[in-house]
Amino acid sequence: MTGMRGLSVFISDIRNCQNKEAERLRVDKELGNIRTCFKNEKVLTPYKKKKYVWKMLYIHMLGYDVDFGHMEAVSLISAPKYPEKQVGYIVTSCLLNENHDFLRLAINTVRNDIIGRNETFQCLALTLVGNIGGRDFAESLAPDVQKLLISSSCRPLVRKKAALCLLRLFRKNPDAINADGWADRMAQLLDERDLGVLTSSTSLLVSLVSNNHEAYSSCLPKCVKILERLARNQDVPQEYTYYGIPSPWLQVKAMRALQYFPTIEDPSTRKSLFEVLQRILMGTDVVKNVNKNNASHAVLFEALSLVMHLDAEKEMMSQCVALLGKFISVREPNIRYLGLENMTRMLMVTDVQDIIKKHQSQIITSLKDPDISIRRRALDLLYGMCDVSNAKDIVEELLQYLSTAEFSMREELSLKAAILAEKFAPDLSWYVDVILQLIDKAGDFVSDDIWFRVVQFVTNNEDLQPYAASKAREYLDKTAIHETMVKVSAYILGEYGHLLARQPGCSASELFNILHEKLPRVSTPTIPILLSTYAKLLMHAQPPDPELEKKIWAVFKKYESCIDVEIQQRAVEYFELSKKGAAFMDVLAEMPKFPERQSSLIKKAEEVEDTADQSAIKLRAQQQPSNALVLADPQPVSGAPPPLKVPSVSGSTNPESVARSLPQPNGTPSPDLLSDLLGPLAIEASPGDVSTEQHGPIGAEGVPEEVGGSAIVPVEEQTNTVEVIGNIAERFHALCLKDSGVLYEDPYIQIGIKAEWRGHQGRLVLFLGNKNTSPLTSVQTLILPPAHLRLELSPVPDTIPPRAQVQSPLEVMNIRPSRDVAVLDFSYMFGTKLVSAKLRIPATLNKFLQPIQLTSEEFFPQWRSLSGPPLKLQEVVRGVRPLALPEMATLFNSFRVTICPGLDPNPNNLVASSTFYSESTGAMICLARIETDPADRTQLRLTVGSGDPTLTFELKEFIKEQLITIPMGSRALVPAPTPAPPVAQPLSPAALADDPGALLAGLL
Amino acid sequence: MIHFVLLVSRQGKVRLTKWYSPYAQKERSKVIRELSGVILNRGPKLCNFVEWRGYKVVYKRYASLYFCMCIDQEDNELEVLEIIHHYVEILDRYFGSVCELDLIFNFHKAYYILDELLIAGELQESSKKTVARIISAQDQLVEAAKEEASSISNIIAQATK
Repeated sequence: MTGMRGLSVFISDIRNCQNKEAERLRVDKELGNIRTCFKNEKVLTPYKKKKYVWKMLYIHMLGYDVDFGHMEAVSLISAPKYPEKQVGYIVTSCLLNENHDFLRLAINTVRNDIIGRNETFQCLALTLVGNIGGRDFAESLAPDVQKLLISSSCRPLVRKKAALCLLRLFRKNPDAINADGWADRMAQLLDERDLGVLTSSTSLLVSLVSNNHEAYSSCLPKCVKILERLARNQDVPQEYTYYGIPSPWLQVKAMRALQYFPTIEDPSTRKSLFEVLQRILMGTDVVKNVNKNNASHAVLFEALSLVMHLDAEKEMMSQCVALLGKFISVREPNIRYLGLENMTRMLMVTDVQDIIKKHQSQIITSLKDPDISIRRRALDLLYGMCDVSNAKDIVEELLQYLSTAEFSMREELSLKAAILAEKFAPDLSWYVDVILQLIDKAGDFVSDDIWFRVVQFVTNNEDLQPYAASKAREYLDKTAIHETMVKVSAYILGEYGHLLARQPGCSASELFNILHEKLPRVSTPTIPILLSTYAKLLMHAQPPDPELEKKIWAVFKKYESCIDVEIQQRAVEYFELSKKGAAFMDVLAEMPKFPERQSSLIKKAEEVEDTADQSAIKLRAQQQPSNALVLADPQPVSGAPPPLKVPSVSGSTNPESVARSLPQPNGTPSPDLLSDLLGPLAIEASPGDVSTEQHGPIGAEGVPEEVGGSAIVPVEEQTNTVEVIGNIAERFHALCLKDSGVLYEDPYIQIGIKAEWRGHQGRLVLFLGNKNTSPLTSVQTLILPPAHLRLELSPVPDTIPPRAQVQSPLEVMNIRPSRDVAVLDFSYMFGTKLVSAKLRIPATLNKFLQPIQLTSEEFFPQWRSLSGPPLKLQEVVRGVRPLALPEMATLFNSFRVTICPGLDPNPNNLVASSTFYSESTGAMICLARIETDPADRTQLRLTVGSGDPTLTFELKEFIKEQLITIPMGSRALVPAPTPAPPVAQPLSPAALADDPGALLAGLL
Repeated sequence: MIHFVLLVSRQGKVRLTKWYSPYAQKERSKVIRELSGVILNRGPKLCNFVEWRGYKVVYKRYASLYFCMCIDQEDNELEVLEIIHHYVEILDRYFGSVCELDLIFNFHKAYYILDELLIAGELQESSKKTVARIISAQDQLVEAAKEEASSISNIIAQATK
């Protein structure tokens, strides 16, 4: 940077920063410095102003928010001298976008530069408008820019910029150019000899004809002329050839413009064009030089597109297909990719499908290519070329690929396989096979639509029913099956299981047994399906089976009091119905056939196509039915993502993983991954959960420590080399008071947790999310349960694929009151590195409490009936964290011991109650009274009572822990300390040397 | 059209960004983070195109730097790939065998040159010679202004001695 020492020094400083934190400090310092200068110095020298504005741009580029100084950058635009003006224009066009209000302030200055006489100023102004001009600019500047473009006195230097500037204005407001007046001018522009102006003008033309080709029909022959000039006559100055090819870019643009005209009517123009196209198709050879190759193939692929568009004679078409067939088998990956892509487009042309089918095996090979971009193209092509004749082969390939495909492709893959199976099924049993395999292999990605559809087919086709039932029965023998498989097989066996009655292992009672095995692991929405199936099995049991009846009745009985209304209702109704004989048969008779309807899958696929935007090639392709299925979320990046509520992730300032290796605002999580992990949590958080709603006022600061004298489990061993993100202990404490959030995070994995509690039972789901693009292997989870809890953790797969998330349900049963905590011992390998951690599971005493509010008539008789120890215990607690009474009430409510206001006549006292659930105690009311001393808030008298001595003791101790421990001080008090994970473990040189991940992170 | 241009180093450091479609600062950071995650992790010998959020990103690695341009799905990928190379050749000619350090300390030059190459996300000039001429004319303008300024300040300094 000639002569701008301050800037060079700043850049060097940034480069020398050891880590992200140091960089941020340096940047903050600089920003503060710039801010003060802008504020205090009335008259900054142009040099200083320039320097600061460049620094701002540099800081902006590093990814930091620069939320001031825009005015200074904009004001430089009106500087009289070129050097300042130039900086002002460049920095403004980088810092601002078209939606910034500041830009409006500059419109006048910019206009003056455009209409002024200074050529260099005109260039700067046109560039800015061309890059960030918005609608306002279009309205006020379009006529001036048009004038420059067609002016005979302007040099090409200005005119080529004017052409692209006008293009932008037209994109922002199509009314900015009046086609009637402009079409002739446009045609004249295409006669331009200067190739810079011609290239820019052709870009403008492409945009204009895509909007309205009729108005610009006079430009069509001109485009052909340009092509003749370049591709045939090679009539261009030396400096406009690129690796010996006459401006490939201009050739591409001219051919692109031609694709917006529906056809070429004039025979002589058509003839000349085809001559040129033929020359391109035949004359493009593969050469050694990469750039020459790319450039000539850029032209070739555009020519292919144009040929397809023009629906040329058959001979030329088959020439194209032959070329594409060659391309999809070459080694050069770019050409292979483009070959597949263009072959997919070719499918829209009639009569070539059969030729394309000849390449099927080659395309299937590409489905196994190491490059995901190529695999995607191959998948699209296979999907597009599938018909009755090859459906079996293609769908089988897709299913096979499903097991190895990355998660990002699985959803699309399963949907496509399901659609093809339905559309082209040679027989229905094959269709059932495919869908069941799909559910088996990729259950997570099979939407409800898909299994609903298979049920519809089976219901409507009697021949299919025994087959489907026996298949469903087969899958039940597998040890771990997906929940969707449980649903679909339960449904089918309920309806048609009796058709198998004679086969071994298929009696009603055997079917019940095997289905009922699955029940403990399924989620709430599946239970009603199972209950219906049980009822149907019971009805079908011929001869009646009293043993089975007893078992099923017991299940119904059990769910009669279920908190879920749907389950409860079904349990009660089926139980009653099953005693009613004939009526039972009647109600549970086989489901009638479904009315024939369009597949919701295919409908969904079509809808997606309809909403796809009208861009160049799609516009051309409109006449033909498109086979393309767009699944990837085409949401434009400019649409702001919904704000994420991630309470426990803030505060992480560590250098983040390689995958998220760029500067980002402090603690901002990688939104995608987190939305995956926490999406379901946020949506499904049970609304009745008091603690979730009430933990707010306490906040992170007040989260009570919960490790008391009896918490003896050594946790958070520091054997790891990874840096833990966030504080494990804090995360645990936060989760003690709420039911969903992040339990653990490091650069490779994030473990989220979501819990539901019902009485003495709980169901937790662990969400293990791999944050990286390589798999985590040897994943092991082991639960170390304390004596009072019964825990069952579903097996976690050994490998978590890249960017994927696995869920692992954990069932908890509380046997008796205790404050001990369960520990999850978990480990995984990343590359060759073993990472392990011991994490406390937030299944704490308070989770088995249910808030209950008592009136004085209910409270006092019970209080009095608890006469004294061991049922009622009293203790003076000292060293209490001083809390005002309302705060204390909030604290109690947060662990579900509800304050009953107004019960105690003394305003300094609190009375509280709750119900505790465990297997040994059943539901048991607990009462508590807190007498505080307004003169000394550090002490109070606590009385706790319940019908069980252990419960009374444990609850009293639990409350005490909540009251006396202050997060920071507690570490000194607790005998088995929870060493706070050293979060900000600095990147020591040693760590750098052996860990490429850290190495990269350190360079950030 | 080209929606944005991105230069990222192998370590994920941003060396240049230019946005032709409106992106707010937050979205810019997000895009950069996401894309560099995708692109830096791609192996060698794969194709130069990545499909991303309904767009395509054409990228090419030169030594330690990745040059990326985001385009619409139906745009001509190879054409854009050669725009990248064209830009690199112009940089190379300007700096005399350009390296990452040149672009770090002279990032403003990289911006000036890009502005002579692309406007509105479209190619403006395909002649390296022409771009070189324009850039050197700009440099001269800046130099001339500097000399003028220093000569004036010399005069003032002399006069007030």
